[in-house]
Amino acid sequence: MRTVQTSDYRMPLLYAAMALALIMVGFFQSWTVALAIFNLCMISAIMALGVNIQWGYAGLFNVGIMGFAALGGVAAVLVSMPPVPEAWAVGWQGLALAALMLLLTIAAAIMLRRSYKGRGRNLLTAVIIIAGYFAIRYFADPATDAIEAVNPTSEGYLGGLGMPIILSWMVGGLFAAGAAYLIGRVALGLRSDYLAIATLGISEIILSILKNENWLTRGVKNVTGIPRPLPNELALQRSEWFADLAVRFDVPVTVMSSIAVRGGFAIIFIIVLVLIMILCERALNSPWGRMMRAIRDNRDSAAAMGKDITGRHLQVFVLGSAVVGIAGAMLVTLDGQFTPTTYIPLRYTFLIWVMVIVGGSGNNFGAVLGGFVIWFVWVQAEPAGLWLMQMITTTFEFGPAMRAHLVDSAAHLRMLLMGAILLTVMRFSPRGLIPEKTAAKPLR
Amino acid sequence: MEDILNALVVLANFVIIPSLAYGAQLALGALGVTLIYAVLRFANFAHGDLMAFGTMTVILLTWFFQAQGIGLGPLPTALLALPFGIIAAVLLAMGTDRVVYRFYRKKRSAPVTFVIASVGVMFIYNALTRIFIGTSDIRFEDGERFIIRAGEFREWTGLAEGLALRSSQVHTLVIAVVVVIALFWFLQKTRTGKAMRAYSDNEDLALLSGINPGRVVLITWVIAAALATIAGTLYGLDKSFRPFNYFMLLLPIFASAVVGGIGQPFGAIAGGFIVAFSEVSVTYAYRRFLSHIMPEEWMPDGLVQLLSTDYKFAVSFIILVLVLLVRPNGIFKGRVI
Repeated sequence: MRTVQTSDYRMPLLYAAMALALIMVGFFQSWTVALAIFNLCMISAIMALGVNIQWGYAGLFNVGIMGFAALGGVAAVLVSMPPVPEAWAVGWQGLALAALMLLLTIAAAIMLRRSYKGRGRNLLTAVIIIAGYFAIRYFADPATDAIEAVNPTSEGYLGGLGMPIILSWMVGGLFAAGAAYLIGRVALGLRSDYLAIATLGISEIILSILKNENWLTRGVKNVTGIPRPLPNELALQRSEWFADLAVRFDVPVTVMSSIAVRGGFAIIFIIVLVLIMILCERALNSPWGRMMRAIRDNRDSAAAMGKDITGRHLQVFVLGSAVVGIAGAMLVTLDGQFTPTTYIPLRYTFLIWVMVIVGGSGNNFGAVLGGFVIWFVWVQAEPAGLWLMQMITTTFEFGPAMRAHLVDSAAHLRMLLMGAILLTVMRFSPRGLIPEKTAAKPLR
Repeated sequence: MEDILNALVVLANFVIIPSLAYGAQLALGALGVTLIYAVLRFANFAHGDLMAFGTMTVILLTWFFQAQGIGLGPLPTALLALPFGIIAAVLLAMGTDRVVYRFYRKKRSAPVTFVIASVGVMFIYNALTRIFIGTSDIRFEDGERFIIRAGEFREWTGLAEGLALRSSQVHTLVIAVVVVIALFWFLQKTRTGKAMRAYSDNEDLALLSGINPGRVVLITWVIAAALATIAGTLYGLDKSFRPFNYFMLLLPIFASAVVGGIGQPFGAIAGGFIVAFSEVSVTYAYRRFLSHIMPEEWMPDGLVQLLSTDYKFAVSFIILVLVLLVRPNGIFKGRVI
């Protein structure tokens, strides 16, 4: 193992530079913009932390981050939205029977595989599953149709539980952890490429379910008006004490209210990030963390020492996905709406990967910094690209069609930038901005 | 008798012919992925976007040829532009290898490093394609659209159901057969092809026997980029070109390669057809097919569709999971993973 001496000042300096960049946005653009960027930076940082748990601690390559984030998002809907009693009334019997069929199918398949080991075992299992599928569809289809017919313009789904939205952050983590457990049982223990392909698949499936099962999530009709943990801007603007406060600070009351709400979110997000960070750091520096790194660096010798590699990988895969799920629920809470079509792999999976690699895989502070830096660059690159294209088109002589095309394509420049950043960091600074801390003495 | 014929025509029209064409397109894409896996030993995430880039070049040249009035008569102009698109994609892939992958190969980095590098490459190809041609849906098929039209078929045979055979489907199959025969001839008979297979079997032994690794890698990229462009162009002619859809093709292509046994060219072809047939047959609504062979009173109410078409990605994934559970090396015993 090689140790690289990095200055003790490196991390504080990088974090200070990031803070300065956000403050500059506050002065030159506006404080509401700066706070909006900060909040999304926080969510990106938590997602990057989750990926770092999987990749940095254990070397697991997960490209289904989008799916886990979306599962967190759907938890926000299912926990916090008010229930729709009419939809429950028309649909609950069918759904309950369908759920019963699902349980029966699973039980029958497991019983068969436990008790019968002879020939045709796989075929019989397949027959049970297919028969079960039709039984589920037989009960579920009329029920879901009835639910979707209830007041379809505003409802048409079961609604949620009407509970506080903060609770959904934990539920989102649980949803993502459950999905990760299922996929991990199948794909872990095989080589990394298979985990990558399997997670890519599961995230697409989660998304297609969320887009098409209207009775559960309203699908592409989106769920808007998700309750917030904070009072909304309009209520603040109407209250007297707040108006007084705005006058005292000499800012318009609308600006003041959006700063207050976004600042409130920022404080909650900081609390969550600090909590997760403490847990992560403690885990990384515990015997468990040392074992994970030992498995990552040499799985054969770790296996020879009696470590259960697949079991530990499953553990770390579930934990990391849970953190991503929490971040996904936070994102939907911040937006106040759940729009399945906005989940695209480049933004929710591969961009998070750029954050982890750039920040420094294996180092939690690196992953958080990576989340901040890359989100900041991603957001600011769009206006910068537009400005660049306008400069180019006004400096050189282009026909109007060509000029319009160039200006349109400005939005894609930031993808080019992200690819270039990822490849450059991998090549010239593969340990990232804040490298992983390794043993003080080189091990020989 | 006539009822059964009608049912078969419906099945051929909506299931068999479309999945044959789609399967051939997937097989060509999966062949590229599997060759890269066999020689360079990583799953190339940029393959879908390499397909998109090659197809984009073909489309731009097709427009240029159309503007010049150059065409192939009944054949689509895109086939004339295809060789140039292949050259562009090959140059891009070779340049990428020189700038990105060669460094990690020399360092003998872990396969996952290559995979992450391919994610960076994916971002760049993605941006290039979108900057040149935008994100919209483009249809670029010209020339004669149909070989058999549904109406003419009905007149000839006197059956109630029509069978349409689109020229893009026939072109796909003909070109795929020619390309696959050429590829296998190359791999089995030529010196370079044998060197490639030797390198894929055992890198160190191949190096000891004096095989030039740089050349093997270069040829692999040339073949993979050519296959990607051909597959992408045929897919675009058959359906339409949209950069995002090409990115999404990555999943069925990976599934095809893994199902057949990754690293095995034969497996990639078989996998392509298995995935395509399952995808189309599971998402097809069988109502019309059943209406010919089932008595009226037995007909179920719905469309008789196993899964809605929105879930077609789920099909490739379920096949993938089944193979991972039952036979992790794939049908043709690919590399032990």
